[in-house]
Amino acid sequence: MYTEKVMELFRNPHNMGEIPDADGIGTVGNPVCGDLMTIYIKVKDNRLEEVKFKTFGCGAAIATSSMVTDLAKGKTLEEALKITRADVANELGGLPPVKMHCSNLAADALHVAIEDYHKKHGEEAKK
Amino acid sequence: MAAEKCVYMDYTAGKPVDARVIEAMLPYMKSAYGNPASLHSFGEEPRKALDKARAEISTLINAERKETVVFTSGATESNNMAIKGVAYRNKDRGTHIITSSIEHMSVINPCKFLKTRGFDATFLPVDGYGTVNLEALEKALTEKTILVSIMYANGEIGTIQPIEEISKIVHKKNAYLHVDATAANGQVLIDVRKEGIDLLTLSSNDVYGPKAIGALYMKNGTRLEPLIHGGGQERGLRSGTENVASIVGFGKAAELAKAEMKTESQRLVKMRDRLIKGLLDSIPYSFLNGHPTQRLPDNAAVRFSFIEGESMLLSLDMLGVGASSGSACTTKTLEPSHVLMAIGLKHEEAHGSLLFTLGRQNTEEEVDYVVSIMPDIVKRLRVISPLTPKELKL
Repeated sequence: MYTEKVMELFRNPHNMGEIPDADGIGTVGNPVCGDLMTIYIKVKDNRLEEVKFKTFGCGAAIATSSMVTDLAKGKTLEEALKITRADVANELGGLPPVKMHCSNLAADALHVAIEDYHKKHGEEAKK
Repeated sequence: MAAEKCVYMDYTAGKPVDARVIEAMLPYMKSAYGNPASLHSFGEEPRKALDKARAEISTLINAERKETVVFTSGATESNNMAIKGVAYRNKDRGTHIITSSIEHMSVINPCKFLKTRGFDATFLPVDGYGTVNLEALEKALTEKTILVSIMYANGEIGTIQPIEEISKIVHKKNAYLHVDATAANGQVLIDVRKEGIDLLTLSSNDVYGPKAIGALYMKNGTRLEPLIHGGGQERGLRSGTENVASIVGFGKAAELAKAEMKTESQRLVKMRDRLIKGLLDSIPYSFLNGHPTQRLPDNAAVRFSFIEGESMLLSLDMLGVGASSGSACTTKTLEPSHVLMAIGLKHEEAHGSLLFTLGRQNTEEEVDYVVSIMPDIVKRLRVISPLTPKELKL
């Protein structure tokens, strides 16, 4: 059902955990639909210095969370905002069609975390 | 997955065909291939085989005579035939049908379909164990009710319904009682006469027969419109040349179930209880789904808070264990199972459900293996989950 890449990240997810003093936090999904993801970011000089996740959900949800943290780490905030759901799915070698909608929320969570950062740090942080 | 162990605990989803059943079927594909409707002697042996299989199945459920058993393509067809067949044929008497909210989709969807064709359908609530509310049944029955369809037992949570009591209530009015016994047959002794059942759905694979063959028992005198019209096989109730080899297999499987059910069910109950106790004792925030005692011998349905079913299934699969879940992620609908919602679980509780169904090839060692690997699986996923309370994360 899943690609080897998905299974690999399900078995050994990267960047799993919380950042206690995160600069931005983004949560999407809800337990009702079976997937809930939280992304934590740490920003330095407009770059994502650290990105971590916590996820309640299926194998695809865990793998996409892990993948988005890898994709986002080290990128500028503007670059990170351009990461799409499709990018995440492509990097995983594809996802089953039924999983594309519900479990592929990680990019959204990243974007929400960046918005949260902007909100907390105001416009001057964008510079 | 290249796991060393290979433990199958998803018997409700599919069972192996008993070797003795396969043996019995072979001649009807190789040599006795005639059409049972043919007059010549090539049709004679298949015709006799049909009779024998019919007799074996009617014996298993203690039917009054073998002619009450009609062969179908499986439980889905039997359920459709019972519900739509009774509705169409009896609409002069009434247009109301009652069923429960935890039936199989092959009962629920025909009832919903009939609602679009001028019938009324009531979906009875169940309690937290999944037992049908008998008061609600009594209240729902009216002069217009022609059919009540309640499953013998639910395959997803294991709960067995009080069919005899239900029958007494139903028969106070002039309605038929249809019972879907797909999950229960072969595990618990069903007696259509003692329990007062008018129509009974049976599936072959659930008694270790081949897939895609089933039967509908219809008490003598039950008025029913056929769904499939054609050459008039099965006394005109289900046209189409009989699937003789599969019917023979079903018959053989029924004969074996009759002889071996008691011993095997006792063995399953022991393993089931060992599995349930082992899991609930070793994992915090774990719960049983369904009734603790009025329960199918093969069914260990459990749920674990803060994590999701599919990720548990994947983890089990990596360690060689095949199980099932009521989780949305494993189905195409993305909704949590209607059964788990009907027993009052919250969405996130339903998503954390896991279903082990045991069968003939399982051993106590396999049960112990599953009990030994589950705590770490649950713990790992709880560490990943944002819902887990701090004290559990360790």
